Amino acid sequence: MIEIQNINKSFGENHVLKGIDAIFEPGKVSLIIGGSGSGKSTLLKCIVGLHEPEEGKVFFSKEEFTGMDFEQRVPIRRDIGMLFQNSALFDSMTVEQNIVFALDMFTDLSKKEKIERANFCLERVNLKDKNKLYPAELSGGMKKRVGIARAISMNPKYLFCDEPNSGLDPATSILIDELIQELTEEYQCTTIVVTHDMNSVMGIGEYILFLYKGEKFWEGSNEEMLRSDVQELNDFVFASPLMKAARTTIK
Amino acid sequence: MLLISSVKESIEAVKILPCKCVSCHNVNLRVNFSMIFHHFGKYVLLLRKVFKRPEKWKIYSKEIFHEMNEIGIGSLGLIVIISTFIGAVMTLQIAFQLVSDLIPPTVIGQINRDSNILELGPTISALVLMGKVGSAISSQIGSMRVTEQIDALEIMGINAPGYLILPKVVAGAVMVPALVIIAIFCAITGGLIGGSLSGAVAPSDYIQGIQGGFNGFTVAVALVKAFVFGFIITSVPAYMGFYVRGGALEVGQAGTKAVVIGCISILVSDYLITALML
Repeated sequence: MIEIQNINKSFGENHVLKGIDAIFEPGKVSLIIGGSGSGKSTLLKCIVGLHEPEEGKVFFSKEEFTGMDFEQRVPIRRDIGMLFQNSALFDSMTVEQNIVFALDMFTDLSKKEKIERANFCLERVNLKDKNKLYPAELSGGMKKRVGIARAISMNPKYLFCDEPNSGLDPATSILIDELIQELTEEYQCTTIVVTHDMNSVMGIGEYILFLYKGEKFWEGSNEEMLRSDVQELNDFVFASPLMKAARTTIK
Repeated sequence: MLLISSVKESIEAVKILPCKCVSCHNVNLRVNFSMIFHHFGKYVLLLRKVFKRPEKWKIYSKEIFHEMNEIGIGSLGLIVIISTFIGAVMTLQIAFQLVSDLIPPTVIGQINRDSNILELGPTISALVLMGKVGSAISSQIGSMRVTEQIDALEIMGINAPGYLILPKVVAGAVMVPALVIIAIFCAITGGLIGGSLSGAVAPSDYIQGIQGGFNGFTVAVALVKAFVFGFIITSVPAYMGFYVRGGALEVGQAGTKAVVIGCISILVSDYLITALML
């Protein structure tokens, strides 16, 4: 479980996050949604420690993460898997080396065991025969899947995904969403996904946190969202004609 | 009154200069001069992280050998060509300036040897390496920063400055002295070849010159310089790349800045080492 309390973050005069509180449960896919510049990615980076909030606390399984120094954070970070917006694969390494990297650094597994683990992770994301390719040789969707394979290589307790569907076609987006949901259930990990893809929201959003101008504006499930009367949320979620039509049909 | 108002305007102009570093969103620096101390402080703090105990020596040592190959073997050809020609040109110029019946021709070899060991070998090699190796390091680390690869390392719990910069610094501190020794050898040999081909000095005179009055301490000075230059060539561009923010344009700008600041640092440290040791 991840709990955040009163997170505040500013960049100069720009107050990006204003007192955000939330609890993200294990075994559930939690989504952070909001318009561009609403502070979604900043909140995610504050949670994982890439940004330090000026105020507020982050707890990983009741352990306070914000007060820790780099060394103290290492054991928690080994339980974190993260998929970045542009995958952030190490471009000097092959797909297999990317997945094996964390195992090399933190485990004493034999080479054979590490390769087996890499193959297992790649198989899990349907990319078994791509071991020896470099990131530059992969498509956008494949890179995301390798990013997920790398994220799950250390059996994470916490999985973070920063806009996993950006730049992908609808079919691949759905595949990635299904994969995230399956892995969350399989590993019973606490998964937080930052997105503004409405297909993801409707498909996998078990808990949704809506940010508006840096503030927590609404929280609930995707079903509750459909019935919500919050104007700002409706303006964001039902902006497209397709979503408007879907809502009318459901109502 | 006019003077006072113009001074006031100047002070207003430099009053607030926001720093654009990744970690300094809230820092407004008062004057440009203090920015130098700000960056120097950040550079020292980065070095503290660089020299933290590695997570796994085996992986770091593999990286060190990889970087030694990149920095050392990768620059060998360039260093050999440049230093050979510098040695040859030096011989011709010394011969041109010292033509006199009162000066023995062996002096040409002696001057060429000492100036190459003390100054040209280490400094020219370092400036050349700063352009080649320094810009590559800055671009490599900078592009890793803007594509979030450094964030990915940190999320995994890996000390990113240590993993990315330590192997480069160690490789630089080991390989630059080795390259400088080769550069000195090539420059002296180049002087022999250049002098003989042009007829500026007889090979026997030149060889007698380079053997006479040799002071071994000059080589120690050259190696100290090379060690310090090796550290600068790798750590300054690594700092510039590590804190780059933005995209491809900023990565390119960081590379240029790294080479300029690195070259100035090399020249300043060259003067300081020479003043302290000679």
